[in-house]
Formats: sequence, structure tokens, C-alpha cells
Amino acid sequence: MDRGLCQRQEMDRKETGIKAGLSELFFTFLKLGAFTIGGGYAMIPLIEKELIDKKGWFDREEFLELLALAQSAPGIIAMNIAVSVGYKARGRSGMYLASLGAVLPSFLIILLIASVFTSFRDNPVVESIFKGVRPAVVALIAAPIFRLAKSAHITLKTMFIPIGTAILVGFLGVNPVWIILLGAIGGIVWFSIAKRKQT
Amino acid sequence: MIYWQLFITYLKIGFFNFGGGYAMLSLIEHEMVLKHQWVSHAEFTDMVAISQVTPGPIGINMATYVGYTVTGNVWGSMLATFAVSLPSLVVMYAIVRFIQAFRQNKWISAAFDGIKPVTVGLVGSAAILLMNEQNFSDYISLIIFGCSFLLSWVLKVHPILLIVLAGLTGLLVY
Repeated sequence: MDRGLCQRQEMDRKETGIKAGLSELFFTFLKLGAFTIGGGYAMIPLIEKELIDKKGWFDREEFLELLALAQSAPGIIAMNIAVSVGYKARGRSGMYLASLGAVLPSFLIILLIASVFTSFRDNPVVESIFKGVRPAVVALIAAPIFRLAKSAHITLKTMFIPIGTAILVGFLGVNPVWIILLGAIGGIVWFSIAKRKQT
Repeated sequence: MIYWQLFITYLKIGFFNFGGGYAMLSLIEHEMVLKHQWVSHAEFTDMVAISQVTPGPIGINMATYVGYTVTGNVWGSMLATFAVSLPSLVVMYAIVRFIQAFRQNKWISAAFDGIKPVTVGLVGSAAILLMNEQNFSDYISLIIFGCSFLLSWVLKVHPILLIVLAGLTGLLVY
């Protein structure tokens, strides 16, 4: 295929909207699932490269919009991305195949680990490795909190929300589900008060 | 019965998973460790470590792993993984289909704005829940914690490298 033809196909894809083959969609997400360590957010730059730059299935703006929705909606972010991109590209069958592709690599790898690791766990070498790893994992979870707080626009006034959440769930053993519902209700109440003040 | 419990629990985890990755850990831990006692604190922490160094989202990895260890077979794995993915399929499908209405609804975005600061707190509570004697057996673990925290926070060392370093340290020290 010469370059001109490639470019023309690219143009066609952008104009017609629907462009991806079903198997292409499946294997692309299989690749994303197999090579992104760390889930949703790690997937983003790879998706940009694969789906926008290389395949031209979306323009950047469209993708950013999907991404914002995938992040705010409930569910695993990587799955949300697969569902929305798959649906946009090839309707419902695209959605199923993309999400299957995204899940399959981690499912198979963890299944292998689960079946082996349970018998290896008591091995003294494995145990000493994990004894070193455990505190590091806790640090890994704690370290990004300030960055997260900044990107969620937490101010001195709203600081009580994350701190209260951490105390209720972390120390008092409250189920996070209740706090999430409370946050949603709080957001709606706050919005309606702000709206009333305006009018 | 265990299959039904597994299905319902992971459906709940999938549906109330906001903010991704670390934010959902506190919910998973609450359900798996505190409520059902399907895994111990240490096993849970090991699983987070394994999730960090293998491909795929933590939520999927956890579901696959717990589904297997709880039932002892592949079907449990598949069921839990399916259950945790189901909310994504249903909710995201609805959102993408009715994208216009969804984006313009101020009430929905107000609810999401309210959830956002909560997810920051949920990450914090996941860390608090993991600070227990199973993960911190002696003063060496505290040193590892401190060093890892600084390496990750200040120097932004990659999680995989950090876990490998901590594993090596454990191998040498213990």
C-alpha cells in the first residue's frame, strides 16, 4: 500500500465514523490489556498512540470526552474505556469484544498466579520477599494522596471530606458504599443550595 | 451459596468503584477482609503488590484472585471477574448511548462533584486499613515504609521498581 492510499483510508475513517473491524478491536484491547501494568491510567497514553495516532478511530477531542466520562462513571476505569471505545467504534458487539480483550490477559495471568502462589506462599524465600514488599505497598498507596487532593481541587474548606472519609472508613470500619452515597447526596444538596442563592 | 455471595459482593465493588485503582481498595478490603474474611490483611497486601507488577486493572486482578482462592476453581474466578465488570458494561453503555443528555445534566455532575473528594479520602483509608501488624511486623518494615514513601512521593520512582527493590530488601534482611 502506498502512502497516499493509507492517508486516504485515514480520511475515510474519519469521515464515516465507523472504522474498526471487530477482530481488530478485540486484538487491540487484548494488546492494551497485556501491556499496561497498573490499569486504567496506565492505559491512556497507549490508547492514544494505538487508536488515535496509528488507527485514527477517534480524534483527540472525542477521546478526551470519553475518557472524562469513563473516569467519573462507576466501574473499573480500564473496563469503562474499553466499553465506551468499543461501543463508539462498532456498537454493542464492539463493546463486548473490546472489554473481553481488555480483561482476558490479566484474568489468565492472575489465574496462573493464584493457582501457583497459594502453594508457594509458605515457602520461606517467598515469605521473606513479601515481608519486604508489604510495607512498600502501603507507602505506594499513601504517597499519591497529596497529588490526588490537588487534582480533586480540595481546599481548606473541603478538606474535612477526605479526612472524615479516611477516619470513618479507615479507623471506624464504616462501609465505603455509605460514604460514596453520602458524597453524591452532598454534591446534589450543595448544588441546589447554590442554585437557589443565584435566583 | 458462596458463588452467590461472591457475585453480589463483586457486583457491589464494581458499582461503587469511583476514582479507580487505589480508591476502590478500601471497599475491596472492607468486603473481602473485614466482612467476609475471604483473605487475610497480609494476603490482600500481597495481592496489591502482585497487581502492581502484572498487567491489568487492580479490580480485575483482585476479582480473579479472590474468586479462585475462595472457591478453589476457575468458575469462581470467572464469576467474580464477570460480576466486577458488569456495572461498567451496563452503566458505561447507557452513558455513551445517551451521552448528550448525560453531559448536560447538572444534577448528575453535581453528584459526581460530591463523590470526588470522597475518593481522595478512600485512598487514605485504604492506606490506614493496611497499617496493621500483619504488614508491619517489626521496625525494619517501618524503615522500608518510610524509604518507599519518600522514593515514591519525592523521586516518583516507578511502582514496579519500588516493589522489586522492597522484595530484594526483604530477601536480604529476613
